[in-house]
Amino acid sequence: MIDFGFSISKSSHIQMDNVDLKLFNKLEALNPDISTCMACGLCTATCSAGNFTDASFRKIILMLQRGKDKEALEKVKKCMMCGKCILVCSRGINTRNILLSITRIYNEEDK
Amino acid sequence: MIVEGKQKIWADYQKDIPDDHYYYVRSCIRQSFFPASEVTFLDITRNKLGKDFYENPYHTTCGGIAYHSDSIPQETAMTIIARQFALMHESGYENYVCSCITSFGCYTETLETWHEFPELEDRIRQYLWDSCKKEFAKPKYLAHSSDIIYKFRHEIAKQAKYKLVNVKTGKPLKVVEHIGCHYSKMFPSKGFGGAEYPHVLVGMVEAWGGEVVDYPERRHCCGFGFRQYLIQANRGYSVSNTHKKFESMEPYEPDLIITNCPGCPYFLDRWQYVIAEQTGKTYSKNGYGIPALTYEEVAGLVLGYNPWDLGLQIHQVAIEPLLEKMGVEYDPKAKYKGINNKDLGTPENPINIKLI
Amino acid sequence: MKEHNILIIGGGPAGMETAYQLKQLGLKPIIIERNDRLGGHLAQWDRLFPTSETAVGLLERLKENTKDIEVKLDSRITNIEKINGTFHVSLSTNKNFEVDAVVVCTGFELFNAERKQEYGYGIYDRVITNAELEDYFKTHDDKRVDEPRRIGFVHCVGSRDVKVNNTYCSKVCCATALKQACEIKDEFPDADVYCFYMDLRMFGKGYEDLYLRAQKDFDIKCVRGRVCEVSENIEGKLVIKAEDTLLGTPMKMTLDLLVLMCGMEKAKGVEEIQKMLNLESNNDGFIENSGSFVGINRTKGKGVFVAGACTSPKTLPDTIAEARSTAMEVFNYLIHNC
Repeated sequence: MIDFGFSISKSSHIQMDNVDLKLFNKLEALNPDISTCMACGLCTATCSAGNFTDASFRKIILMLQRGKDKEALEKVKKCMMCGKCILVCSRGINTRNILLSITRIYNEEDK
Repeated sequence: MIVEGKQKIWADYQKDIPDDHYYYVRSCIRQSFFPASEVTFLDITRNKLGKDFYENPYHTTCGGIAYHSDSIPQETAMTIIARQFALMHESGYENYVCSCITSFGCYTETLETWHEFPELEDRIRQYLWDSCKKEFAKPKYLAHSSDIIYKFRHEIAKQAKYKLVNVKTGKPLKVVEHIGCHYSKMFPSKGFGGAEYPHVLVGMVEAWGGEVVDYPERRHCCGFGFRQYLIQANRGYSVSNTHKKFESMEPYEPDLIITNCPGCPYFLDRWQYVIAEQTGKTYSKNGYGIPALTYEEVAGLVLGYNPWDLGLQIHQVAIEPLLEKMGVEYDPKAKYKGINNKDLGTPENPINIKLI
Repeated sequence: MKEHNILIIGGGPAGMETAYQLKQLGLKPIIIERNDRLGGHLAQWDRLFPTSETAVGLLERLKENTKDIEVKLDSRITNIEKINGTFHVSLSTNKNFEVDAVVVCTGFELFNAERKQEYGYGIYDRVITNAELEDYFKTHDDKRVDEPRRIGFVHCVGSRDVKVNNTYCSKVCCATALKQACEIKDEFPDADVYCFYMDLRMFGKGYEDLYLRAQKDFDIKCVRGRVCEVSENIEGKLVIKAEDTLLGTPMKMTLDLLVLMCGMEKAKGVEEIQKMLNLESNNDGFIENSGSFVGINRTKGKGVFVAGACTSPKTLPDTIAEARSTAMEVFNYLIHNC
């Protein structure tokens, strides 16, 4: 291969046709309330970890829906499990349980 | 695909093009990228169609490259354009035809801006007088040279020696049409067919026997983008756009790409080499890639011009497979012979894209 | 009170309900309808948001209420002249009569989706409109709806869009989209259904419940971002592009069916009526009424009233409520002026 001093970059488009939602569907089956998020941002605004890191419950869910599992799991790691997001969620989503489910379902896949 | 839907839009986006007496201005880069395209255009329009085309030897760049790469402000570009209009006026013409899409975009943008802000036009008038002691008149008609070929596409078809048809199978060639962004994206009403489904090249392809391919990334930019190409560090961005288009058109197995912009055929042609050398992939089954031609080159082929007089040996992608498909007679040994049989030398053979 | 004739222009829900209420008040409404049937757009719809009750149920109710009212179908108004407070009306059927008041109930037209060229309606086979999907639900006869596995809905087609000169919200499309999304999911449970919205304007009674139901029970996936272009791939499937604005990333997907939620525009031919009655248009192109609060049923023309979507996009409950209040306004006007 010739080095031209530049190369073809990957498209930043999320190609939904190639996104595998098998794990997300498993997560959703266990936590049906996950799909009721209306992106109000309360969880992120109140997040203890989100004040210092890029943790955001809303984005974690969205990223998993768009096949960005790796980035989502990085965010999950930042969670301090304080429970503030469950306190504020106006859709009453059981955020804490979802985070625990994510670590279980997605990490099982790793093994 | 419902063709009638497109036809309806095409009918809505038509524009008047005068029948004769045009003032022609050249493109800066086409003369080196596709040296024979403009000569062929003038030969076709003057000698095959019998039209009056005048070129003023004092005309210059429109300033578009400098303007789009942020090295001159818009007022400077407009003053250059004002001088071009002054030369047209001095030559006694009012139908302005430019060879370059960037120019066409700049001229259109300038005329529209002056229309909205007449005080700016007055200022440019003053700048032109201060710098050149010239006065300009705005053209009565502004057209891109592809508009002219579009207008006379059926006359060209009548004189055609070859068709965009595979002589072995009798089937129409599958043609990708790629429109320069500045042809109609900024001002949809200024282009034949508008911006979403431009008809300017489709009309030519269909008149000359070919079949147009409508693929998902049809509307995507070729990737030139001025600064994205001009600076080496940004070129990955440019080639990535081209790569996206090729990936999208690949399943259709196109025989040919026809373009109406200076940058597009260059990048759609040369980047095929870069993509092949970087990824090992070519976008035709024969390993040669897909020829990307200017509309003048395609018109020239159809009219039976010698492919080497059309400058097709200057392209990266080998043209011979297309010539074979169309049944065009050519002398393989003359490919790299210049004027008076001067030997131009032969290019190196790339590793991943076949040339010879 | 003496018997008064009232001209009702348009036999859709607004016209039918206004006429019914006027009749109840002891007046004599006459409905003029240009089509060969009553009901307007309602007659073409299958089910209604937010509860998915049938359109025909409401239509039958409105029809039942108007059965003793004079209705002239297939009729157009060719002239209205006001002489000494009485309106002299001429019809295309060469009939002439006099009325004491006029209620304009000309409704709306669905936005012509062809105008959003980038969506390829009328070019790409599997791009359909909300009205066509509603028709499919009624008839189950549309070859384009062929066991779709992935379906997209585009909100705000022809609304909130300066490129088509419609900057207003059409009010009904968000709820219609989620209703239709649930219905099509019900029909094709294996399909993935995406709604591309900018804001979900679920303002009415039961609308937010519909939104929750769509998310939870039907797994409708709402993506915040407008579809920017549609094309067709080699298999004849649709390829769409949009930005997931909540993630800040452009996305692409292949669809088997794309439904355009065409918004409301002023009815075709209403300009003629406006000319006859000297009615102006508002910034959105609809008929201008006398203000946003107490004057909603009135126009600047004395004895000329309005009801329904002829003044701005409206839901059916809005339209029916307005029709009733317009009837009251007409009644009061006649008591005091005629």
